[in-house]
Amino acid sequence: MRHPAHSFKRGLAALALIGLSFSALAETTVKDAWVRATVPHQQSTGAFMTLTASSDSKLVDVQSPVAKIVQVHQMTMNNDVMGMKQVHSVDLPAGKAVSLDPNGYHVMLMQLNGQIKEGEQVPLTLVIEDAKGQKQNIEVKAPVRALNAEAMHGGHEHMH
Amino acid sequence: MTDLLTRRQVMAGISLLSLGVLAGCDPRSGGALDFKYGKDMSNQILGRSFKLKDTQGNPRTLSSFWGSMPMVFFGFTQCPAVCPTTLARAAQIKKLMGRDGGFLQVVFISLDPERDTPEVLDAYVKAFDPSFVALSGTLEETAAAAKEFGVFFEKVPSGDTYTISHTSTSYVFDSRGQLRLGLSHSLTAKECTEDLLTVMEVC
Repeated sequence: MRHPAHSFKRGLAALALIGLSFSALAETTVKDAWVRATVPHQQSTGAFMTLTASSDSKLVDVQSPVAKIVQVHQMTMNNDVMGMKQVHSVDLPAGKAVSLDPNGYHVMLMQLNGQIKEGEQVPLTLVIEDAKGQKQNIEVKAPVRALNAEAMHGGHEHMH
Repeated sequence: MTDLLTRRQVMAGISLLSLGVLAGCDPRSGGALDFKYGKDMSNQILGRSFKLKDTQGNPRTLSSFWGSMPMVFFGFTQCPAVCPTTLARAAQIKKLMGRDGGFLQVVFISLDPERDTPEVLDAYVKAFDPSFVALSGTLEETAAAAKEFGVFFEKVPSGDTYTISHTSTSYVFDSRGQLRLGLSHSLTAKECTEDLLTVMEVC
C-alpha cells in the first residue's frame, strides 16, 4: 500500500520539475525562477524570477553556494547602449509582481565554482526585508535553462 | 573560337558585376537602402580594418568574411542579459532565413579579452549555433576594433569584480564588405530577418 506522504512528495517533485517552484514562505512569493546554463570555464551567469510581496518589502541580498560573488544588477538601455550596474536593493511594492529578467534587474552569479548545466537546480537564498526592517530568508531551487534559453521561452515571437 | 567565347563570357561577367555595383553595391552611388526596422548605415564607413584572431588563433579581418553577410556584435561571455539574448536571436534569424541562412555569418567580438579565453569564447558562441565565429584580441586591439565601429564600452567595477556596459547594436555588412544595416537590441528575430533579406536583395 502506498503511503500518502510518499505521493505528496512525488507531487512536489513533479512541480519542481516543470519549473513552477513556488516558494510561499513569509509573504513573498517567487515564481518562474531560472538560471542560464554556462559553458565550461565561463565565470558568471544570471538568475531570473518574478517576486511578489504581500506588504512593501525589499530584496536586499541573494546568496548561492554555486558562486563566490552574488549581486543584484540593473540593466538599462540608452541609445542601444546597454548599461549595467550593481544595486543594493530592489523595491517590492505590496502586491506588485516585480520581474528579475534579462531586460532589467537580475541576479548575477559571479566567479562560479563550476559549470552550470542545463537541467540542474541552483539553490538560491533570497533575503527580503519588510518595511519594519524584519529580514526573512526564502529558499529557492531554480532550474537551469539552456544558454540560448531566450529564443525558446521569449514571449513575443510567434512564428515557426 | 573557344578562346573568344571565354573572353566574351568574361566580358559579360564584368558588365554584370558593374551593373550590380551601379544598382546599389557602390557606396558612391548613394546606395541607401529602405529598411523597415533597422537603421540604414550604407553611407557610414565603419569596421573596415579591424584585425583580430578567431578562437583557433587565425588572424581575421573584414575581408575574411567576403562572400557572406557578416553580422557583427560586440559583447562578453559574462554578460547575463543582452549578449545571450542577441546571440539566441541571431540563431533564430538564421533559422527564419531558411536556405539563405547559410549566407549569414554571425561574428561575436569579445570586449573582455582578459577573461574571455579562446576556449570559453568558442564553446560559448557554438552553444548558440555551430557556425558562429568569435574573435578577440589584446586590450589595445579590442579598443581599436570597438572604436572603428563606434562601439562604446566601459568596465564597471562591481564589488571585487567588474561588468561591462556596451553598445548592443548588431552591424550587418553585405557580401562585398559594405556596411549596410544596424540592428537594435530591441528588434525581434522576425523584424531583423525582414531587413536582412533586403540586404541580400541588393548584394
